[in-house]
Amino acid sequence: MTDMTLLQSSSEDASTGEDFSASVMSIEIGPAHPAMHGIVRFTTHLDGELIVGMDPEIGYLHRGFEKESENSKWIQVIPYTDRLNYVSPLLNNIGYSMAVEKLYGIQAPPRAEFTRVIMGEISRITDHLTCLGAVAMEIGAFTFFLWFIKAREYLWELVEEMTGARLTTNWTRFGGNHSDLPDGFLGDLADRLAKLKEIMTECDKLLTRNKIFIDRVKDVGAISKEDALSFGFTGPLLRACGIPYDVRRADSYSVYDELDFEIPVGSTGDCFDRFLVRMEEIRQSISIIEQAADKMPEGPFMTDERMMHFPDKKDVYGNIEGLIDHFKLVMEGHQPPAGEIYMPVEGGNGEMGFYLVSDGSGDPVRVRMRPPCFNFVAAMPAMTVGHYVADIVPIFGSVNMIGGELDR
Amino acid sequence: MSEEISTKETGTPPETGELTTLLKQEFPDDVTDFHAHRDDETVVIKRDALEAVCRFLRDDTRCSFEIMMDLTAVDRLEMNETPRFEMVYHFKSLTHARRLRLKVRLTEDDCKIASIHHLWKAVDWYERECFDMFGIVFEGHPDLRRILMYDEFEGHPLRKDYPIDKQQPLMELKEVEERHVYGRHS
Amino acid sequence: MENVLEIIMIPAVLAIIKIMVIILLFAMPLGTFLTLMERKWSAMIQDRVGPNRANIGNFTGHGIMHIAADGLKSIFKEDTMPKGADGFLYLIAPFFGLIAAIATFAVIPIAGPIGNFTFQVTDIEPGLLFIFAITSLSVYGAVLAGTSSNSKFALLGGTRASAQMISYEVFMGLALMGVFMVYGTTRVSGIVDGQNEYWFGSLIPMWGVFTQPLGFLLFFTALVAETKRAPFDAPEGESEIVAGYFLEYSGMRWSAFMLAEYVSLVGVASLITTLFFGGYHIPWLHLWENAPQWLVTILQIIKFSVFTLFFCWFQIQLRWTVPKFRFDQTMALGWKKLLPLSLINMFVTAFVILAFA
Repeated sequence: MTDMTLLQSSSEDASTGEDFSASVMSIEIGPAHPAMHGIVRFTTHLDGELIVGMDPEIGYLHRGFEKESENSKWIQVIPYTDRLNYVSPLLNNIGYSMAVEKLYGIQAPPRAEFTRVIMGEISRITDHLTCLGAVAMEIGAFTFFLWFIKAREYLWELVEEMTGARLTTNWTRFGGNHSDLPDGFLGDLADRLAKLKEIMTECDKLLTRNKIFIDRVKDVGAISKEDALSFGFTGPLLRACGIPYDVRRADSYSVYDELDFEIPVGSTGDCFDRFLVRMEEIRQSISIIEQAADKMPEGPFMTDERMMHFPDKKDVYGNIEGLIDHFKLVMEGHQPPAGEIYMPVEGGNGEMGFYLVSDGSGDPVRVRMRPPCFNFVAAMPAMTVGHYVADIVPIFGSVNMIGGELDR
Repeated sequence: MSEEISTKETGTPPETGELTTLLKQEFPDDVTDFHAHRDDETVVIKRDALEAVCRFLRDDTRCSFEIMMDLTAVDRLEMNETPRFEMVYHFKSLTHARRLRLKVRLTEDDCKIASIHHLWKAVDWYERECFDMFGIVFEGHPDLRRILMYDEFEGHPLRKDYPIDKQQPLMELKEVEERHVYGRHS
Repeated sequence: MENVLEIIMIPAVLAIIKIMVIILLFAMPLGTFLTLMERKWSAMIQDRVGPNRANIGNFTGHGIMHIAADGLKSIFKEDTMPKGADGFLYLIAPFFGLIAAIATFAVIPIAGPIGNFTFQVTDIEPGLLFIFAITSLSVYGAVLAGTSSNSKFALLGGTRASAQMISYEVFMGLALMGVFMVYGTTRVSGIVDGQNEYWFGSLIPMWGVFTQPLGFLLFFTALVAETKRAPFDAPEGESEIVAGYFLEYSGMRWSAFMLAEYVSLVGVASLITTLFFGGYHIPWLHLWENAPQWLVTILQIIKFSVFTLFFCWFQIQLRWTVPKFRFDQTMALGWKKLLPLSLINMFVTAFVILAFA
């Protein structure tokens, strides 16, 4: 709304609010528009091809994640989290489970954590691949997009091998994971990562130094450090501005402090920096996965804490404790101790924070997820005004809005 | 509430965090409660002090909270707590690598609070969302419209007394001036 | 029998027959086939399979049935018109581009003459000027479609198209000045015959690409921009202004735009072949002293077609390799870089000709 001042000075018709001056044309971009991934509407005001104002409207994909969660048991929320950032569902699973673990005050066993790191980084790579591919496709490099989608396909096959589903993973549990590494998984992983690296090299050659591509994204959608912080940017967009804030390092959750990786930063915060930061993060994620696979410890993949995990069928049928535990877990659900926590994890787009409030019963009082791209979309007017209408495409692409996460 | 949690968990009185001490010292009359459950430093302040405290948190070099991470509310109707609503603000300081949770309690009859949209730009949309979901009015907000729901939506969905299966009335089709009717002879 | 021959040899009748042959047997089929070729080729670049489903019986012909399926689909689709559209202009706009694209072939020879009979619809004196005149007509297609559709996206597309095409026409002409000077004519057959000369005895043919290398690059760029193909497809800008000026069209009218694009793709390729790659002339063929005339003609047609196909392929490859320019970048490239370059090219050519002639 900050940009409406320019328009108000022109001859605005007070009765409709539609007719500005003769030179300003307002055009509805979205909700059904090829450049709007997910569904969002930008009422854009154009002076010729120049954007003079923009009003984003969101909420088209609102499905009441928080309300549904608050009317479910704690464990029943995990499938809902799949649908938040549906490009990297595992990161949401992991984030939510770690939040509940924080509420319990426990940690998953090391093997579970290392597996989570591997799967989480795979999801991060798929997220970045999708985003970069979409940016490239929308400015005409369709080939690049399909190569990245091919690479993403390799990774989703890994996700499928691990969780049984490509998208609706529903994989983590409180205090561990649903399943251990399948047989031969690490071999497949190394194989797929080699293929991914090959595609990365090829695409790097194809696009990163392409003059047309650089012209399209350089100095487009730049945002200053101060504005980025004020808008609450996190993740690749903040790092592109030159601020090395990465929750994996800053809060050092899970086992990230045992792994060696760098945080790439940009300088100007334009679309090209965002592109480079994401490209480099993919490489860093590959390195993290390799390290985690090397360090993978032996041991259980689920905590042995009572009332955290469903007991084995052997115990359910074999002894009274198991039977009672199972009954209570099914009928009453998990009962984390009363309290409130905020658990930030580094999602594909930035800081994904889960704010949970428990009153000690089986029903969550409050499940709130901080959507990273909410802030990005809020900053769209600030990033686009003064650019050409064609620049909406790379800017909005690099923002990587995911409808499921934005509207919840 | 904080006292209960902390004692319930650890059996010891709540630890006083560094920021809590600072805020208590700067705003002795306004800090009503605090806790640090699971190391999340939390301070509860009075409603009227919100703007001053937020400005202090942002500008003072001992705090310098650059990022307004999250803003939401909690409806404590089913927890049988009073007052009913609790505003929750999460801040992150990159300079000091710290987080802080600030809470303000609001009664049901008077769920109004000062807007802090001028301190962080992110707050604009957060407050709109909070208004949409909880019906909390942010005084001084320039554009307090619904954001996730449509304008005609009745009620505020995240309030605990909003039934999950409530049906909204059907809206009539809006007449749009420039409707494109397809077909050659229309 | 003789009567029939006589009628055929009447120039007007002959021209009509040639038009039918060139358009119906060369330009249109190739243009249609290119739609499939583009899809198949892009699929190969992108590690996909491409269209392979349409079939008659079990015959798919590697996707060739898609051409028929697409054609049928467009014919039977509803021909819609948005409310508030300018009816008459909206209806005729698609055909401007198509007519302009097809008319280009009128002056392009696809093989050498046999006696009085030329493999060219007409060999008029201002041959290339005719092409410029005709290609500027295709601007009207885009502009009228954009303005008559009563859609803001279409309007933006139409504006972009008109600005882009008009500016690129300027130095499209300038880029060809060098060619006119080198071969001393604007007649297409003259330019083609001029390229049958050789440098250093019979070593290097005097093809336009060797005499005017910069002119070739400039002209090729200008033509690609003129046909609004990637990387100069900002007027269509499918990601930001959806489809630009033909956004509101459906059915066969939409197909007319598509067909115009592919026919002008062939037009560009054949024009490049004619002006810069010796046209139908096969280099060093004169060394084969008593080659039979019929064989030479067939070889010439083959040579011309191969080069044309090559440049069609090249444009497709270009489209699927590079991203596209933003609209203002297209204009900046045209006015700030290509226009000075073509002027320099013109002056240098003139200087060289004056100095060495």
